[in-house]
Amino acid sequence: MFLLLKYTLLYAVVLMLVALGGMFSERSGVINIALEGIMVIGSLAGILVLTIFGGTLSPAMLVVLSVLVSALAGMIYSLLLGFSAITLKADQTIGGTALNMLATAAAMVIVKAYNNAASGGNGAASSKLSYANNAFIFTAGPLTYNIFLIIGIVLLIVSYIFLYKTKYGLRLRSCGEHPQAADSVGVNVYKWRYAGVMISGFLGGLGGFAYIVPSVSIWNFEVGVTGFGFLALAVMIFGQWKPFRIAGAAVFFAIFKSLANIADATALSNLHLSQNIYNMMPFIASMIILALTSKNSHAPKAEGIPYDKGAR
Amino acid sequence: MRVNKKKVNFSSKKVDSSSKNVNFSSGLMSVLASLICIAVGLLVGLLILYCINAEQAIDGFTRIVKGGFFMMPKGLGSVLAQTAPLIMTGLSVAFAFKTGLFNIGAAGQYTLGALGALYFALVLHAPWWVCLLAAMLFGAVWGAIPGLFKAYFNVNEVITAIMFNWIGLYAVNEIIYKGVIGSMYDLKTTKTFTVRGVSPQSVIPDLGLNGIFKTKSTTIAIFIAIIIAIIMYIVINKTTFGYELKACGHNKDAAKYAGINDKKNIVLSMTIAGALSGIGAGLYYLSGVAEWNPQVSTALPTMGFNGIPVALLALSNPIGVIFAALFVSHITVGGGYLPTKYFQPEIADVIIAVIIYLCAFVMLFKGFVMNLIASKKKDASDANAGTVSKTDANGKGKGADA
Repeated sequence: MFLLLKYTLLYAVVLMLVALGGMFSERSGVINIALEGIMVIGSLAGILVLTIFGGTLSPAMLVVLSVLVSALAGMIYSLLLGFSAITLKADQTIGGTALNMLATAAAMVIVKAYNNAASGGNGAASSKLSYANNAFIFTAGPLTYNIFLIIGIVLLIVSYIFLYKTKYGLRLRSCGEHPQAADSVGVNVYKWRYAGVMISGFLGGLGGFAYIVPSVSIWNFEVGVTGFGFLALAVMIFGQWKPFRIAGAAVFFAIFKSLANIADATALSNLHLSQNIYNMMPFIASMIILALTSKNSHAPKAEGIPYDKGAR
Repeated sequence: MRVNKKKVNFSSKKVDSSSKNVNFSSGLMSVLASLICIAVGLLVGLLILYCINAEQAIDGFTRIVKGGFFMMPKGLGSVLAQTAPLIMTGLSVAFAFKTGLFNIGAAGQYTLGALGALYFALVLHAPWWVCLLAAMLFGAVWGAIPGLFKAYFNVNEVITAIMFNWIGLYAVNEIIYKGVIGSMYDLKTTKTFTVRGVSPQSVIPDLGLNGIFKTKSTTIAIFIAIIIAIIMYIVINKTTFGYELKACGHNKDAAKYAGINDKKNIVLSMTIAGALSGIGAGLYYLSGVAEWNPQVSTALPTMGFNGIPVALLALSNPIGVIFAALFVSHITVGGGYLPTKYFQPEIADVIIAVIIYLCAFVMLFKGFVMNLIASKKKDASDANAGTVSKTDANGKGKGADA
């Protein structure tokens, strides 16, 4: 039971962070299929910091630095999506797909090149990085938590306040609902869409780091982030593009994901359902919800449509 | 009714002009646009090679550019073996593009196709063409699902396809690993049994190609793929059915107004796209290029995703798909020949990813230039040049449009 709770908390925070990222991007009017790629780049940057500065910095410094670097890396990577989708008005889905493929391939190249250089260039082509993650985990009572739980809750509240209680949030949302109207009252649609995409990159990069680091101390970049970015996309739709609903959806999805993890080790194994079945469930659940709710969906109205100032 | 100003257009015949000249230069411009993408992609690849190891960069680059020709005749044989399934997934994505749908689900349909092919080969020991038909059927079912969701629930096909990619992957791995419908999993190799070893009649015949190329997996699959590409070209360009599909892709509402059943066409288009991907998997696994590995359950087959760059490079032209697929597998095989002492084979994947990224917006420059040419040639009164920025009212990319 504790194990289930532990994994659920771990995954829920990750899914929530990344789905919130997707929400910011889509609320500003840009579809972010590239979440998966952003997660890979964010986690890669953070883990590289951990591996390189592992012994030299104090644990607290290391945590702060790696978290910041992962978020910034995600943000910078998301600029590529912004550039193609906003500035060049290209198809957002294709651009996002390209960035997903680029991220996994680039991560493999970087990790292998790094490992190759570290081992003296003998061509040992390992795509794994190992690191110490003790500093991220703390114990309270019977459970171990990681610092991302706190970061996640803080960011959830900040997201809500930003989106609904500030004028900036209103501007960002207006760009996703009716950019022409927003533009007519002096809101710079391009600027706000960039802001949305960059916030999305920030949260996505952080989420990627939060997914990998607390749970394991060695990661094979061959598998990217195992489809978590796409799962987060489902969480976002499930949560109807609203922060607290997303948090709820993230917990719901995380339970299934955790069941998949512990299925073989606990009493659940008596049910003879394997990992694959549990892994499938959140996807099936979100398809059912999608089919049922598509009639009154809360998707941002202008989502996916490049804004062209000169268009009629 | 919201008017959508999307300018991305996947059809090659973009300018609706009466002048043949403009049509010709449009085709030329399309090829040019693809070549620009390729050139910039390769340039990025060269840059990466330089960053990793400046001394060996030129040698590495030559290996990538030479591709299969680097190691004749074996390399060419493996390029051809890789090209056949890639043509199919490329056709799958291209065909859906023609109907204004983005088939990101090619990977999932490919996965199901692999299951169909392997089940009929390893368990039922069926002849190869039956296995191929099974692969087609399995892929078609998985392709139809996003079409049905799009047509009847108005759920965006991209979202459905992504979800069903993962559902398909987990389901297929479960079925193969647990042996739900028969024993396909070899504990010794942790992969499926080899088709050649279990059921030789299920292997696609090679007609001596393996001898010529000194490989084990160069079969007539490549010819099957090319023939299907030509059939798809005829279906899209010379039949009423193809015309209806394209009409739905250009403007769903106008097509509906003209009496075309748009729902039926969406489902049919996705079903055919799925069938094409399924055949692709059949061509790959029935040629014995590789075995399915259900343990690597976290990665969707790249062959499915690589259909996207192929379709984009080919501008959704089925004949172009053949050449684009040849190119993509050419540099992928070339990447495999990089000396791992200095470089990583994934550099080829980076090049391909950069090419798709560029493809996403290079078309816009093309549209812009074409617009200029068209408006110069036409009278100001005949303001038809606006057809370049054709409206696409089906609003690709809305999560779930109400």
